[in-house]
Amino acid sequence: MEDKVTSPEKAEEAKLKARYPHLGQKPGGQKYFDSGDYNMAKAKMKNKQLPTAIPDKTEVTGDHIPTPQDLPQQKPSLVASKLAG
Amino acid sequence: MRKLFAFLSVFPTLKDLMWEIDWSDIISTVEFNHSGELLATGDKGGRVVIFQQEQENKIQSHSRGEYNVYSTFQSHEPEFDYLKSLEIEEKINKIRWLPQKNAAQFLLSTNDKTIKLWKISERDKRPEGYNLKEEDGRYRDPTTVTTLRVPVFRPMDLMVEASPRRIFANAHTYHINSISINSDYETYLSADDLRINLWHLEITDRSFNIVDIKPANMEELTEVITAAEFHPNSCNTFVYSSSKGTIRLCDMRASALCDRHSKLFEEPEDPSNRSFFSEIISSISDVKFSHSGRYMMTRDYLSVKIWDLNMENRPVETYQVHEYLRSKLCSLYENDCIFDKFECCWNGSDSVVMTGSYNNFFRMFDRNTKRDITLEASRENNKPRTVLKPRKVCASGKRKKDEISVDSLDFNKKILHTAWHPKENIIAVATTNNLYIFQDKVN
Repeated sequence: MEDKVTSPEKAEEAKLKARYPHLGQKPGGQKYFDSGDYNMAKAKMKNKQLPTAIPDKTEVTGDHIPTPQDLPQQKPSLVASKLAG
Repeated sequence: MRKLFAFLSVFPTLKDLMWEIDWSDIISTVEFNHSGELLATGDKGGRVVIFQQEQENKIQSHSRGEYNVYSTFQSHEPEFDYLKSLEIEEKINKIRWLPQKNAAQFLLSTNDKTIKLWKISERDKRPEGYNLKEEDGRYRDPTTVTTLRVPVFRPMDLMVEASPRRIFANAHTYHINSISINSDYETYLSADDLRINLWHLEITDRSFNIVDIKPANMEELTEVITAAEFHPNSCNTFVYSSSKGTIRLCDMRASALCDRHSKLFEEPEDPSNRSFFSEIISSISDVKFSHSGRYMMTRDYLSVKIWDLNMENRPVETYQVHEYLRSKLCSLYENDCIFDKFECCWNGSDSVVMTGSYNNFFRMFDRNTKRDITLEASRENNKPRTVLKPRKVCASGKRKKDEISVDSLDFNKKILHTAWHPKENIIAVATTNNLYIFQDKVN
């Protein structure tokens, strides 16, 4: 007998799969332009699935070549917290 | 005994709320000290604000001391890691107080990479009557000095000073998520995604690595450390939680490197119920020992679980925080809310636990009566001593009057950080950028 009652979680999973068919798939199941494309896609997927895991940026140093615009402004730390009134 | 919580104060106290929320104002941690007299908050801007409870007026016993701003300082500044081309955020991830040993107060504050020990001390006297200096600090010509006097200390307006006493740096490759002071009051641990280090409070140039879960090949990485805490009484015992919903208890007497756990706490999962979201929502965002040391509490996305340290195979109590979100996981994944890290806390007697939710709601569970309540932190209940009205979320179907439907919840209004006074029924609840303090109404 077919079980017609789906858990709410499984129903949500079906919704997600409908919107993002390639989510969770191993990179081999998809066509990539070259190895760079493959690695980027793999890194992006890992990032989403392991939320507290190492973000891409600590691994892919070469992607982040700083330009003057990227460098953070050293904010003056003179602004007091609003909680302090 | 029914507990009714009433509004006490909210910070900032300004009535005009028209400013936009500055990113740096976002509160990132809240912590009472051991006596409950002091309450510290940290924010994304790297600042710490400490509130102090007014000394109780013994005559008016029904009014407990209110909290006022005591001290504020810049704990961490933004930094730049030139080797990795990465910004190091100044956001304060955690604050932990040391027990008070003398007149000064000490706390540890940490951002993603560096832990600092701060000394907060009061100055209410200053020396006056120097021979070689005028009162305003200008130097006197020594040839004009004809008599000598002994400088004396005279009272002055209270000044609270914060000074960094130790800086514990360069020990973490990944982002620090937890710090925990040992019950020996000499050492503490710091944990990042993959490693846990043990420090001595006096020694800044070295620390011992006690847990390392980094795989030889990073491609095999499947699990990260999400929180860690020392046992409140046993100085050799600590626990750490993972993104897969497990908690490991380690005994430092067993070996120098505690990669092999002494106990593994994990609730078995029904494999037929497994979905894409199962692992994500099982990730533990906070772990806290009870004051007694017999139990520990974990917070995952939808629930709070109480574990008996003597039983590893399942929690002894489970409380649903917002089960109605289970049928919204798809959109919560899309807007990243599914990755929100909620904290949890015990009351002083370990009889009630509290945690936050969305729409500025927070929840309390009474372990003895098994009753729970949902309250809201909002400026609408602004008058002092106003009792908070219980809230209810309507999951589906007919919405009763005063109920809020799941679809009208504001997922940007999250209460991630809450704290309970160690001795009294006073709670601190942080919304995005406001700190609320509630106390129970003494009938």
